[in-house]
Amino acid sequence: MSPDPDAPPPEEHLEGLPARILELGEELRREGVAVGTSEMLDAFAVLEEISWTSQEDFREALAATLAKSQEDRRVFELVFDRFFFRSVELAAAREGIREGDAASLEELSEQELEALRAEIAAALRDGSEGAMRDLARMAIAAFSRRQEGSGVIGVDVQRIRRALGLRAEPQPDLPPEDPRRDGLPRDALRRFEALLRRELERSQVERTGSLPPARPLGELDRALPSGPLADLAAVHRVVAQLRRRLATQGMQNRGHRRHAHVDVRRTMRASLQTGGVPVVLKYRPRRPKRPEIYVLCDVSTSVTSASVFFLSVLHALHDTFRKMRSFVFIERISEVTDIFEHERNFKAVSERISGDAGVADISGYTDYGRVWSEFLVQVEDDLHPRATVIVLGDARTNGRDPRADIFAQIAARAGRTFWLNPEPRLYWNYGDSVIAAYEQYCTAFECWTTAQLEDFVRALTRPVISAAR
Amino acid sequence: MATGLRSVGYLPGESTALVSYLATKLGKPVLVEGPAGVGKTELAKALASFLGRELVRLQCYEGLDEAKALYEWNYRKQLLRIQAEATGTGWDAVQEDIFGEEFLLARPLMTAIASEEPVVLLIDEIDKTDQEFEAMLLEVLSDFQISIPELGLVKARTHPVVLLTSNNSRELTEALKRRCLYLWLDYPALEHELEIVRLHAPELSETVARRLVEVIGMVRALDLKKPPSIAESIDWARALLLLGVKDIDADVFMETMSVIVKHRTDMDVVADRVGLKLRSPADVA
Repeated sequence: MSPDPDAPPPEEHLEGLPARILELGEELRREGVAVGTSEMLDAFAVLEEISWTSQEDFREALAATLAKSQEDRRVFELVFDRFFFRSVELAAAREGIREGDAASLEELSEQELEALRAEIAAALRDGSEGAMRDLARMAIAAFSRRQEGSGVIGVDVQRIRRALGLRAEPQPDLPPEDPRRDGLPRDALRRFEALLRRELERSQVERTGSLPPARPLGELDRALPSGPLADLAAVHRVVAQLRRRLATQGMQNRGHRRHAHVDVRRTMRASLQTGGVPVVLKYRPRRPKRPEIYVLCDVSTSVTSASVFFLSVLHALHDTFRKMRSFVFIERISEVTDIFEHERNFKAVSERISGDAGVADISGYTDYGRVWSEFLVQVEDDLHPRATVIVLGDARTNGRDPRADIFAQIAARAGRTFWLNPEPRLYWNYGDSVIAAYEQYCTAFECWTTAQLEDFVRALTRPVISAAR
Repeated sequence: MATGLRSVGYLPGESTALVSYLATKLGKPVLVEGPAGVGKTELAKALASFLGRELVRLQCYEGLDEAKALYEWNYRKQLLRIQAEATGTGWDAVQEDIFGEEFLLARPLMTAIASEEPVVLLIDEIDKTDQEFEAMLLEVLSDFQISIPELGLVKARTHPVVLLTSNNSRELTEALKRRCLYLWLDYPALEHELEIVRLHAPELSETVARRLVEVIGMVRALDLKKPPSIAESIDWARALLLLGVKDIDADVFMETMSVIVKHRTDMDVVADRVGLKLRSPADVA
C-alpha cells in the first residue's frame, strides 16, 4: 500500500510545514474564521508538543488553537480536509507519483468480490477508520473498472454503495453470519461514503493531473436553507447562533449607561455593619430597556421556503425580547403572540401557525394594503417611538394596491421599521414586487444568507437612542 | 494523560486528553464548551486530582465583580486598625499600614495566582458574567498577574492550569477566546458512554447498561428542551440498580423517566416516541 494520503506531509517536507500551516490559517480566514497572529503562534507552539505522525492528534491540536467555537470548528474540519487533501494531491501530481497497486484488482472473481463485500460490511460494523479507507480504495478499483465510472463522483459513490449491498435497513434474506443482515450503522455508512468520495476525487486528480477548482465553502455550505422542513436542523443552527449574538448584544448595551443610582435603603442597611458609616454603597440594579418589537411575517405560498426560516427567527426573538408581538399574514393578519409564548416546541408552533394562517387566508394571495390597515387598527394605540416594527416578506402584492401611505403611517408612529426580504436584491422591483414603494419608509435588508441575517441583527440590537433621532 | 485521567475515574475522549495535555505543557488556559452535563466541571476536578493539585473554583454569575473574584480590602479590619491606632500616629503611617497584605481578602483568582503550590483554577460558566468581567480576566489569563492599585503588581509564583467552562448561552469575546485553547465537549459516543456508566455503576449488568445507553441515545436524538446529560444517565443507572431492574421495558421506562427528562413538555414527547419504540423491540428480543 502506498503512504497514507491523509497523513501530514512527511519528514522531508519539514521546512515546508510552517508555510503549509500559514496557508491553512490564510484559508480559514478566507472562510470567515477569525485566526489572529496569536492563534498561529499557538498552533506552532502545540505542534512542538505532539507527534505529527498521528493524524488525529495533529488535527485536534490545530483545531484547539485555531477554531474557537463550534461553528468555527465545523468550518475547520471542512477546510482541513480540503486543504491537506489538496496539498498532498498537488505535490503528488507535480512529482508524477501514481498508484500502481490498483491494476491487480482488475480481474477479481465473483467470489473475491463477495469476500470484499463482507469485509467492508464488517469494517463498517466495527467502525474502524483505517480499514474502511483501504477497503474504499479496493472497492473503487474493483467496481469502477468493471462498469465504467460515470465521471460524476456523486453518482459513482451511490453506484458502488448499491453494488456492495450496503444498507442501513436490515436485510433479513441474507445469511445470518453476514454483518449486513441487521443493517449497518448509519453514520459508519456515511463515513464510508465520504471516504469513497475522497478516493474518487483523488483518482480524478490523478487522471487529469490537475486539481478541481476549490469551491468556496462560504456561500455554498452556509447559505440559508431554502428547502422545506428537511433543513430545519440547519435553520436551528443559524438561529442558535443568532440567539447567542442577541444575548451578547444586550450585554453590550448595558455597559453604555455607566451611571447608577444609589439605593439608599440598602446602603443604610449595609452601613449597620460598619457602625453607621456608609462604607459600601449599594446601587440599584441596572435593568436594560428592552425594545418593544412588532413582527409581521408573510406565510403565503410565494415565500413558503423562507417562512420556515422566518418562523424560527421569530421563535428565537421571542426568547430574547419580552415585549414582543407577532403577527402572521397572507391576505389578512392574525396575531400569534400567544402561540409563541405558550408553546416552547418549535414544531408545535409551526403546526399551530399553519392552522391559524388558514384563518388569515381567503384567496391565498398576499394583500399588503389590507394587512397594513388591519395592523394599524390593531396596534395604533400601542405604537410609540421606542417600538420597532419588523416585516418579513417579499413585497409581492399580486397586482393589488400596495397602500404605501398606510405603511408610511405605521413607520412614522414606530421608532424604527425594518423590512427583511428573502429575495436577492437583484429581483427586487421586478414583476409584482413593490419593495421600492416601502423602502422609502423603512430600512430594507435582503436576507437569504446567514451573513445578511447577522447584518440585520446588528442593526436591530444597536442602541435605540441613536436610531430614534 | 488519558490513562492518568482514567485512573481518577474520568474517561476522557481523545481530544479531551490531548487538549488537557497541551494545556499543562503550554500553560495556556482552556475554554471548554459544550451542552450542560457532559462533564466540563468534572474534567477540572479530575485534572486537579490527577495532577495532585488543589482545585480553586470560581463560580460565575450575573453581576459577579472584581471584589468577589479577585480581592477585596477587609474594611472592618482596616477600620478597627484605624480606631486602635487612635490619635498620635500620622496619616502616612496608618495608610501604609492598612493597605498591606494583611488586610487583603483573597478571592479565588487571587488565591490561585498567589498560591505557593501550583493549582488548577476552574472558572465555571464564564458565559454567565458580563463582558466587563471577561475583560478583567484577560490580564489574569495571559500574564497571570493582578494589579492592585495600592499594592502594585502581584505576579503568579506558580503557573496554574486554568479551565474556563461555558454553556454557550452567549458569545464570548474574541479577546478572551484568543488567549485560550478551545475544547468542545459533546455527548459521548455510545461505547464511550457505556464505559462511563459501567465505571460509575459497576454492579449494573452489561445488558441493562447497554440498553440504558441506547435509550439515552434515542432520547437525545429527539428535539428536547433539555436532553439528558451524562450525569443523568449515571443517576438513572443507579436508580435502576436500586430498583433491581433486569431489563428496560416500556413500563420501567415510564416509571423512571423522570430521572432523565425534566420538563413537562419534554416528558410528553419522550413518552410518546421512546415509550412506543421500546415496546416493539422488547417484544422481539
